[in-house]
Amino acid sequence: MEHHTGFVLPNSGHNRDAEASKLGMWLFLFTELLLFGGLFIVYMVYRYMNHDAFLMSSFELSPVMGTINTIVLLVSSMTIAMSITAIQKGNTKTAIKLMSLTVFLAFVFLVIKYFEWSAKIHHGLFPGMEHYTNLPKGEALFFFLYFFMTGLHAFHIIIGVIFIGVVISKTKKGLLTSDNYSLNENAGLYWHLVDLIWIYLFPLFYLIH
Amino acid sequence: MYMTTLVANTNFFQGKKGLFSWIFSVDHKRIGLLYLYSLMTFFIVGVTLGLLMRYELLNPGKDLVEAKTYNQLFTLHGVIMIFLFIIPSIPAVFGNFFLPIMLGTDDVSFPRLNLLSWWIYILGAIMALSTLVYGDGPADTGWTFYAPYSVRTGTNVSMAVLAAFVLGFSSILTGLNFIVTIHRLRTPGMSFLKMPLFAWALYATSWIQVLATPIIGITLLMIAAERMLGVGLFDPSIGGDPILYQHLFWIYSHPAVYIMALPAFGIISEILPTFTQRTIFGYKAIAFSSLAIAFVGYFIWGHHMFTSGMSGTARFIFSMLTFLVAIPTAIKVFNWVATLYKGSINVQPPLLYALAFIFQFMIGGFTGLILGALATDIHLHDTHFVVGHFHYVMFGGTGFAFFGALHYWYPKIWGKMYNVKVANVAFTIFFIGFNMLYFPMLIVGLMGMPRRYYDYLPEFHLPNMISTYGSWVLATGLLLMLGNLISGFYTSKRKIGRNPWNGITLEWQTTSPPPLQNFDRMPVLPKNGPYDYENKPSIKE
Repeated sequence: MEHHTGFVLPNSGHNRDAEASKLGMWLFLFTELLLFGGLFIVYMVYRYMNHDAFLMSSFELSPVMGTINTIVLLVSSMTIAMSITAIQKGNTKTAIKLMSLTVFLAFVFLVIKYFEWSAKIHHGLFPGMEHYTNLPKGEALFFFLYFFMTGLHAFHIIIGVIFIGVVISKTKKGLLTSDNYSLNENAGLYWHLVDLIWIYLFPLFYLIH
Repeated sequence: MYMTTLVANTNFFQGKKGLFSWIFSVDHKRIGLLYLYSLMTFFIVGVTLGLLMRYELLNPGKDLVEAKTYNQLFTLHGVIMIFLFIIPSIPAVFGNFFLPIMLGTDDVSFPRLNLLSWWIYILGAIMALSTLVYGDGPADTGWTFYAPYSVRTGTNVSMAVLAAFVLGFSSILTGLNFIVTIHRLRTPGMSFLKMPLFAWALYATSWIQVLATPIIGITLLMIAAERMLGVGLFDPSIGGDPILYQHLFWIYSHPAVYIMALPAFGIISEILPTFTQRTIFGYKAIAFSSLAIAFVGYFIWGHHMFTSGMSGTARFIFSMLTFLVAIPTAIKVFNWVATLYKGSINVQPPLLYALAFIFQFMIGGFTGLILGALATDIHLHDTHFVVGHFHYVMFGGTGFAFFGALHYWYPKIWGKMYNVKVANVAFTIFFIGFNMLYFPMLIVGLMGMPRRYYDYLPEFHLPNMISTYGSWVLATGLLLMLGNLISGFYTSKRKIGRNPWNGITLEWQTTSPPPLQNFDRMPVLPKNGPYDYENKPSIKE
């Protein structure tokens, strides 16, 4: 900021403040957790009320696909964490490669999800379809929550891909460096959150009996 | 980035001109004023809807509108007043404008995010108001959108709940910004316990905004999904649980009443020291009681649902916790009153609003205890008593604090002065009108008149008439007050110095209006805390 007053406040809101941006990101992650938290509560209540129907429905999902996706996301979390170490050490090129790999893995996740979803939709299990409307109430709730929660999660994956894309392009332009990498860290934090939510979604829908 | 001709004595109104320099400004002061102008616009719409409702209730039977229109009126009145006016009110206007100045910095931590939150607010407002003109008419569910009716009604509920969802984001971003600003940008030497109490109040508020709003966001999305896809989430006829909706709704919406009330406590804690010229009584108690209210306020949502079939144990616990909230609130009231004791009281319009706040908020608080008690709530649930209670805390409390703040900081924001005599007259009419409007509701509620009906039994006629006449008195006072504030802007000849009220917090050390970067010299802190009038730094013009 350019002042011709001869006086500049030391604690300006326009100064670069890595701590502030990380604190802001953490607060934002809190809100994301609570957003999904509302859905987890609904899931818990309806699972309690419709235990058998939820169990029956969960057999329709493929644990193999789910497991592959879990591994894909965990690896992508690792690659983005590595990219942050790389940029801290000034290895910009490695950082870009690792972030691009993260984006690639995100696409792998989405493609697998796409096949899972289309198999369910093919069976008419999407809310509003003919087969769905004839399902018992508990099973209908299970599939609604399945589509709603994994859909919202997939939406977050897409936002994350865009976020990491922006970080990649800024890193390429040399705007993010070893002394200024809080945006990289924030992208990493966000990506870990997306991963973390999946770690809970996976057992809730695919595994628990 | 800024014009190079900028000098110390240019204020933030000068410099860039034109509409775009405002609606795309990242300056927290301009954003605060953007919020002020948009909020006041919606407030006037909300007041108009309220006046129409009151007119309908003037006599038993139909006066003006049909039952369904009346339902839409109170829904839209609620949605506008809650989501567009009172939740953003004090934080978004005065928090944005004054928090950075009171902390001795030049902006919030994320100025661009701040602008984004205003734009999201405008988007949400357009969505909410669009239901007036397109689709199947505004929602008629009440602002609580209770299922299963909100799932079944033919009116435009989906748009209204999506609007509330979008407005929630705006609220979250403001809260997030304030928390980071308070942590990172306090002036050197200002520890947490040397912050002005308004900053403390905003700090507690911001945490609620961040931690409660997402729950309502996801709940409202579920309502929209249920309507669009026909899934039985909350409608029992297709397998849902309507009580679950009420829980999810109030998990946010009860803490939200503290989003509405806590900033007002902050305002009162600023006005009282200035107009008594002494340190506030019990600084730490006031600061920590804000956090205590924010914390306990999380665990008492169930008191909205005493009649909807919870277990006796749950009701007992929720009721007890509700009573606990009265403790930190009473601590504040005692401290405010103790601050007046032996102060050199200077009766000016802001002080009048603050005193009215204490009086009315106490009525609101005590009626709240009556509603929080299990036995009395069974009788009073869903009566006009609830409406009276709610308006005493929200309008008589937060609303009066908002207008008090407007009179208090008016000379600082615009560098001009309104006519004090007219302001006092307007206050008196406003105050009388307010109590005429809402006190009869408490009585008619005790007599058993239910809320949310456009018609009532003949024995409720007299209190309803008084209440409706009161609404006209209140509107007169409001118009006079706003007219006086607006005409002060155009006709004020008085040159306002830095500190017209002899205040002590940092905003009174800078010019009126403040320069773009807020301070033209380093702000000086009083020696022992923010209200240390005995060691008040002398301020040269």
